[in-house]
Formats: sequence, C-alpha cells, structure tokens
Amino acid sequence: MRATPTLLVLALAGLAAACGGKPKPEQPAPEPTPAATPAPAAAPDADSIARAREDSIRAAQAAGAERINAVKADLAAMINFDYDQAVIRQADQATLDRKAAILAANPNVKVQISGHADERGSDEYNLALGNRRAGAAKRYLENKGIDASRMDVVSYGEERPLNTGHDEAAYAQNRRDEFQVTAGGDSLVAPQ
Amino acid sequence: MTRLTARFLALPILLVCAAAPRAAAQDTTHAIDQGGVRVGIGYQPGVRPGLVVLPTAGVDSARAMVHRDLDFSDRFEMVPLPASPPGSQGGSDAVNYGLYKTMQAEFGVELTPATGGVTVRLHDISAGRVRNQQTFALPAPTDPSYRLEVHRISDEVARWATGTMGVAATRILFVSNGRIYMMDSDGEAITPLTAAGQTSLSPTWSPDGQRFAFTLLVGGRGGIWVQPLAGGSPTQVTGTNTGLNITPAFSPDGRLLAYAHSDESGTDVYVANVADRCCAQRLTVGRYADNLSPTFSPDGRRIAFVSTRAGPPQIYAMAADGTDQELLAPFDYGATGASNGPEWSPDGANVVFHREVDRSPQLFLVDVAGRRVRQLTSSGRNEDPTWAPDGRHILFISDRSGLRQLWVIDVETGRVRQLRTPGAARLPAWSRRLGRTAVAP
Repeated sequence: MRATPTLLVLALAGLAAACGGKPKPEQPAPEPTPAATPAPAAAPDADSIARAREDSIRAAQAAGAERINAVKADLAAMINFDYDQAVIRQADQATLDRKAAILAANPNVKVQISGHADERGSDEYNLALGNRRAGAAKRYLENKGIDASRMDVVSYGEERPLNTGHDEAAYAQNRRDEFQVTAGGDSLVAPQ
Repeated sequence: MTRLTARFLALPILLVCAAAPRAAAQDTTHAIDQGGVRVGIGYQPGVRPGLVVLPTAGVDSARAMVHRDLDFSDRFEMVPLPASPPGSQGGSDAVNYGLYKTMQAEFGVELTPATGGVTVRLHDISAGRVRNQQTFALPAPTDPSYRLEVHRISDEVARWATGTMGVAATRILFVSNGRIYMMDSDGEAITPLTAAGQTSLSPTWSPDGQRFAFTLLVGGRGGIWVQPLAGGSPTQVTGTNTGLNITPAFSPDGRLLAYAHSDESGTDVYVANVADRCCAQRLTVGRYADNLSPTFSPDGRRIAFVSTRAGPPQIYAMAADGTDQELLAPFDYGATGASNGPEWSPDGANVVFHREVDRSPQLFLVDVAGRRVRQLTSSGRNEDPTWAPDGRHILFISDRSGLRQLWVIDVETGRVRQLRTPGAARLPAWSRRLGRTAVAP
C-alpha cells in the first residue's frame, strides 16, 4: 500500500518523459565540440516514442490495478478466533480497521460476513457460534462508522472447513470470518 | 453372545458426580478402557432371564430378525443354540425343555409358519409349558411394511416375557453428507429422505411418526421445513424464512415446534404453532448470547435448552411459555466443558446431553428432580444423544471405531453396540413406537 504512490509518481514521470518530443527552449545550444554532439543518435524515432508511451501507460495501469487488488485483498482478508470464542482478537483489529477505511471510502460497497467454526464442538452449536463470530465483526465495523445495512451476516458453522485436516493448525484456520463483496465491488477506490 | 456375557460380568458400577469432573474423568477412564463400556446404574449380572430362540424351519428371516431384536432389547441373556440343535420342527410338544433348562434358558421363543403369517409361542422352560401364543399376520418379505411388522412381533414377545414393550418397531433419522436418511431400529433398510447435494441438518420426528422437521442450510442461512414421510413436498415453517433457523423440536402433542433463530443480535429459542401455521413466539432474550437446541418435557410443560448466558454453552430449562428460566445441569464455572445436544427422556426423569471432558464430548445424564449429573461414556468422542421410547436405550455418535458412527448404549446394563451406517453419520433422532399407520420406507 505504502509503495503505491511512489510507483505512481515514477510511472507518471515516465509518461511525461516519453511524451517529451517537444523543443526544450531552456537548454542552451550545444557547443560545437564534436564529442559533445550525440544529437542524431539520442533523438528517439517515432516508434520508440510510441513504445515508451505504451509501456508507461501499461505501468500506470498495472500500478492502479495493483492498488485496487490490494484494496480487494484487504476487504477479503479473513480474521480468526480462539476456540469457542467470538471475541475479535487484538491482532485482527488492524485487519478490520483497514476494512472500515475501505468501506468508508466506497459507500456503495456492501459485504457479506460469514462466520465459521472448527469441527470440534457440537455441530448445531457451531452454527450459532459462527453467527456470533460474524456478528462480532459486523458490530466492530459499525462502531467504526460503517452503516449496518451495508453488512450482511450469515453462518456456516463447521459445514465449510477451509482446511480439512484434523489438527490444531487446521482448526485454527477454520475458526474464521470470511468477507465477501456483494455490491459495488467494480469501482473500488483506495481510502485516503 | 458369550463374549458379551463375559463383558457384562466384568462391568464395574460407576457413579460420577458433576461436582468433581476432573477427578471423575480420571476415575472412570481406567474402567472404560477395559471394556469400552460405562455404567451409571448398578447392574447385577444374571438378573436378566435367559432366552433361547428355538430352531424352526420356514420363517428364517423373521426368526433372525426377532432374535436380533430381543438381543438388542438388552432384557434377556440370549442363550445360544447347541451345535447340533434338537428337533427342528414339530409343535410345542417337541420342545426339549430339559435341555434348554440345563442351558439356563427361562424362555423359549418359537416361530412357525401360519397361513398369511407366523404363529409365535413363548415357552416357559422351567414350567414346561406354552405361556403365550398368538398368530400374527405378515406380508411377504418383499413388502415394504414387512420389517416393521416383524419388529412389532419382537416387541410383543418382550412384553409377554417382561411386561414391558420392546422398541424394535421404531425408526431412526440421521444425517450423512448433508442428506437425511431413515432406517429401522436394527440399522437396516436405510432410505434417503432429502435430496443429495444439499445441507440438511437436525432431523426430528413428529410425535405421531408421520412427519419430520429439519434445517435446510442455504448460503449460510436456513429455514425449518416439515416433510411428510408418506411423500409430498416439504413445507417451510412460518417465520423461518429469514436468518438462520436451527434445532427444531416438536411438542409432545405435535402442535408446536420449538426452534432457534439466529440473527446478528444472537440466537434465541422461538416456538411456532405448526398446527395452525402461525404465530412464532420468542421464548428467550439473550442479547448477543446463544439460546438453542430446545427439547420438550414429555408432559409438554417445560423446555430444556442450551444457553451461553453464563459463558460456555450449558443446559438450562424453562416453562414452555419462556418463563421460569433456570440452570438444569450444574457446572463449575471455568472448569466444566461446553454442554450441548439435550434431549428429555421419554419418562421425564432425565435429560441426556453431551459435555466436553478434555475437549472431547461425552454423554451425561442429569436427573430433573435431584439435578445430579452422571457421566455415561468416556471412550473416544461421544455426542448427539437421542432416546429410545423405552427410556433406557440412547443412540449417539461415536468415533471409538475410527469413524463417526451410530452406537447404542443401554443405561441399565451399560452394554454398548454399534449400528451399521454408511459414511459419517451424525445428528440422529430416534422415533417413538410407530403405529400401524407408519409409513414404509
């Protein structure tokens, strides 16, 4: 995220340079020194100018796409929970804070939050637990100023494990909230 | 059979109190590992009468089913036939009472073919006479109602011998890979009831055995549906078309359906009038807490349920109108594991549930009058208990064999046996005794 503006500046600079086929009046006329007259060799032909222009447009587009992909990744980033808990962990607060900033910058975006549980614990209770986990994330985002109507809460309990293993590493991955954009995902902008 | 008998003789008598869950778990683990079996009630080996199913020709499939049903009833010591059985035909005059008496048999069950059915005699071996005799109509073995009719014969024989009806003429609903199946009490005649490729959960019987309710999970939401067993499409219970609606349970008169409704403010128990298709009423108000898994007492006056109001899920009870809410199964805060899946016993005296011990669920009973908690299992993971209508057999899910399979424990003898099921079975529900109008699979 932090590298993105730098990339953009570089790209724009490249674009400006490529378009610089105009005279440069502030430059003094070259000295009549043979060694210092590389003008014919340095003068770019029309093809290379066009190529450079395309390259820089591509670079700018790539930088923009990368930035939007980063925004999408932040929106979709999962958060995890302790066993039989629906409390947002300290480490996940930054993840949710980034989502809140993105949602604030994109008022048309709506998300569905789905809560999940690991396979331990009662199958039926896990549906309620997943619901509570999704609700906890929604309340956190509401407290950050996101309108409740933009967030939908569902639960899959233990019915959709991310990792089908039967060890603590798998369980830890499966105790999660997933975030899916359900509207407004086509025109995302990065938060200020 | 001899193997089982030997195991019964070796059974210890164990009583576990909720007050000291850790100590209790340690005390019982050793005993469990010996036999894989737990007992909560004192059982004296040899008290059960010996019963032999006499060798007769012509009704092999019915005879085999009755033999297994009487064995599964856990009310008899099944006496194996000698290697060269005496007289395999003839009337009751031909029964070798002397031989069976030396084999410790108190009862002899004899099935002989009759026109359109089977004649069943219960012999009193020591008295050397026929104690009961009746001819039962039986359809052809290929008829869909054949197995249930044979199971009824088994239940009647149990009643002749012990005064108490058996539970063979019952059926079991369970979930495997998101699909609900029905099977006979002996684990046979497995029939799918819902479509494949869906996530159907938590099947529960209507008291008349004609319908079942279940949750259909779609996209992280779920409605509760009631499906007739005679065929026809399921109908959604009024009020369950938004959010997540789980854990349905019929009232004993079949008019009400209690269930849990989840939305972002938590999960609460509601009750809907399915007889009149109206009026869902909220019974619990747990702001951000979960209240779920309702189960009616047999008189319909109270509902036991799971609540996280004090932290981890535990077993509570309330009046059927939501008033008078109280803790039902005592627990030590911070020490006792999560408790879930309650089901009220048919006699009203106990509620069975599963509670985590060292993060592994085990079956427990709480007696409603004394609030004493008793642990029933400790081998492997044991969960989702459901009562047979006799109030002594409990069907549950266990992974003690390596797979999640259906098992039955008899709380009076402590005997545990497995029911054959395909795939990973879960969330079973045992029917009441099914009447003549019960639908064939």
